[in-house]
Amino acid sequence: MSEELMPDKKGRFGIYGGRYVAETLVPALEELSEQYEIIKKDENFIKEFTDDLKYYVGRPSPLYFAKRWTELLGGARIFLKREDLNHTGAHKINNTVGQILLAKHMGKKRIIAETGAGQHGVATASVAARHGLECIVYMGEEDIKRQSLNVFRIKLLGAKVVGVSSGTSTLKDAMNEAMRDWVTNVDDTYYIIGSVAGPHPYPQIVRDFNAVVGREVLEQSQNVIGKDPDMLVACVGGGSNAMGLFYPFIDNKNVRLVGVEAGGLGLSTGKHAAPLNDGKEGVLHGMRTYLMQDDAGQVIETHSVSAGLDYPGVGPEHAWLKDIGRAEYEVADDNEALDAFKELTRVEGIMPALETAHGIAYVKKIAPTMNENQSIVVNVSGRGDKDINTVASIEGIEL
Amino acid sequence: MSSKIKEVFAEIKAQKRKALITYLVSGDPDSKTTLNIMHRMVEEGADIIELGIPFSDPMAEGVSIQRGHERALENGTSLNDSFDLVRKFRLTNNYTPIVFMGYMNTFESLGADLFMQQASESELDGILIVDMPPEESSDFSIAAKKANIDIIRLIAPTTSPSRAKKICSQCSGYVYYISVKGITGAGNMDSVDVQNKVGELRQHTDLPIAIGFGIKDAASASSVMGVADGIVAGSVFVDLIGEGDNIIDRVGAKTKELSEVLN
Repeated sequence: MSEELMPDKKGRFGIYGGRYVAETLVPALEELSEQYEIIKKDENFIKEFTDDLKYYVGRPSPLYFAKRWTELLGGARIFLKREDLNHTGAHKINNTVGQILLAKHMGKKRIIAETGAGQHGVATASVAARHGLECIVYMGEEDIKRQSLNVFRIKLLGAKVVGVSSGTSTLKDAMNEAMRDWVTNVDDTYYIIGSVAGPHPYPQIVRDFNAVVGREVLEQSQNVIGKDPDMLVACVGGGSNAMGLFYPFIDNKNVRLVGVEAGGLGLSTGKHAAPLNDGKEGVLHGMRTYLMQDDAGQVIETHSVSAGLDYPGVGPEHAWLKDIGRAEYEVADDNEALDAFKELTRVEGIMPALETAHGIAYVKKIAPTMNENQSIVVNVSGRGDKDINTVASIEGIEL
Repeated sequence: MSSKIKEVFAEIKAQKRKALITYLVSGDPDSKTTLNIMHRMVEEGADIIELGIPFSDPMAEGVSIQRGHERALENGTSLNDSFDLVRKFRLTNNYTPIVFMGYMNTFESLGADLFMQQASESELDGILIVDMPPEESSDFSIAAKKANIDIIRLIAPTTSPSRAKKICSQCSGYVYYISVKGITGAGNMDSVDVQNKVGELRQHTDLPIAIGFGIKDAASASSVMGVADGIVAGSVFVDLIGEGDNIIDRVGAKTKELSEVLN
């Protein structure tokens, strides 16, 4: 099967993906699949989605030549896909703009979401406000502490933030709690999942709505670079910004696809969030994928300086792209990400999110090994304003 | 070979009563106490025991049972410990069916074949994997059938009649009807809706039907027992276990209360 036709009818990417949920949700997911297949071909929907991306999100986002950074690294020419310039500050808005239209089409009155760094929470609360729908955002208590700015933004947007204190009190637990809400309120509630994760059809829906990023790069590259890029780089937590960038390029084998996972305190310490590099196959949140787990099948605590990458699983399509060798998955640890965060800020005047900084850190390493005729596009998936408190506290500065 | 679960339901039917299926989490608060509670539950009238296999991310559970899973994981309870528990239980009880209820990832940590080998050796009777709908169950279904272990499946209020028929055809032991749209321990059971849905379900299967998720006391049990072959109670026991004092007697008294309603 061509990768472009993935997932298959059972929602699988090779052995990954699927629909591992309690029976109550199976009919709801079947209905979601049916409705999505109808709406994605509907001309009115396509027009509304395209208009919203243009006038509400501010697309297309520029493909920007990082001239000073390229000179500093002394190798491949580096181009930044500026998703940080989107409304609400990250790629996450692309998906929520699409899913809220799907929710309205399905007649749902109540929106729920999970969030880690808070960017998906902000993006969901924003579109819910715009469409006048009730919105509840589940967020781990640990993340509420380290992303207080986004918590307040979500509240200002009129959504309710529900703290989750079970398990590790982070993104995975927020997702468990959102699933529990959905199963309880399945008749009137639409669950906007924020990554290419969860049971089928979510990995497909979230990928498709983010694929606008890759499609724009495909077109912009011809003007800005003069040809296809040699390499695409994006950070991977659940993997939605990477999947959105990679997807339109999957069949173009001349373009290397590199996802960068969170190395935390270092792969050898076990304290990281890099399931594709150091995890094994398992089932969580309705999908089969690579997971951080122990020998008894318990999901283990992850570590990353960035809340948005602090997740023990990864989207099933990434698991598949890794196994077939179409994409490569590297790691950047906390320190490398912080250095990259500072370097891009100082050299280009662009402050990336700490999640994004993991992709930036890999470019720092790989660009000098390439030549000036080659080019790299790195997805600046979000802006770093939300991370200022985190960076300040690491440096011992009280704001 | 006929399954023990089937025999127990046949016997209960002949006695014109309903089965009491009790749930507790393996290793909550520790394996020794779990074993003592299981025996006490049987003494007070439990017919089948569902043993929850602790998992770090029990997505379908309400707060009560989540806490039970957390307590069991705090003392490191593994799937192997749960098989040990069944072996110990069998030293003095070879008649009460035991079902492992849990999540795919822990069951898969052993692999289907090794799991079934252990299940046969410890005389486990059935498995109920919450996040394993029929579409995702091929390895475990095949291995379970070969090992003569029942696969209990869930039917929900959202399940369509055609889907219910398909699920029943791939189920053995008993069908577990989820009485609420919700998580375990939910308090919003609509007994009229349950009666209608279970009535419909009878058209698709001759298997016994057990009702669970919203049963917490004598009143809720008696409101739906008319259409059921058995009821499942879980959160109510796990709450008592979590409260920590005089656990075995209090769980015993609650078991008796429910059992008397069903007689």
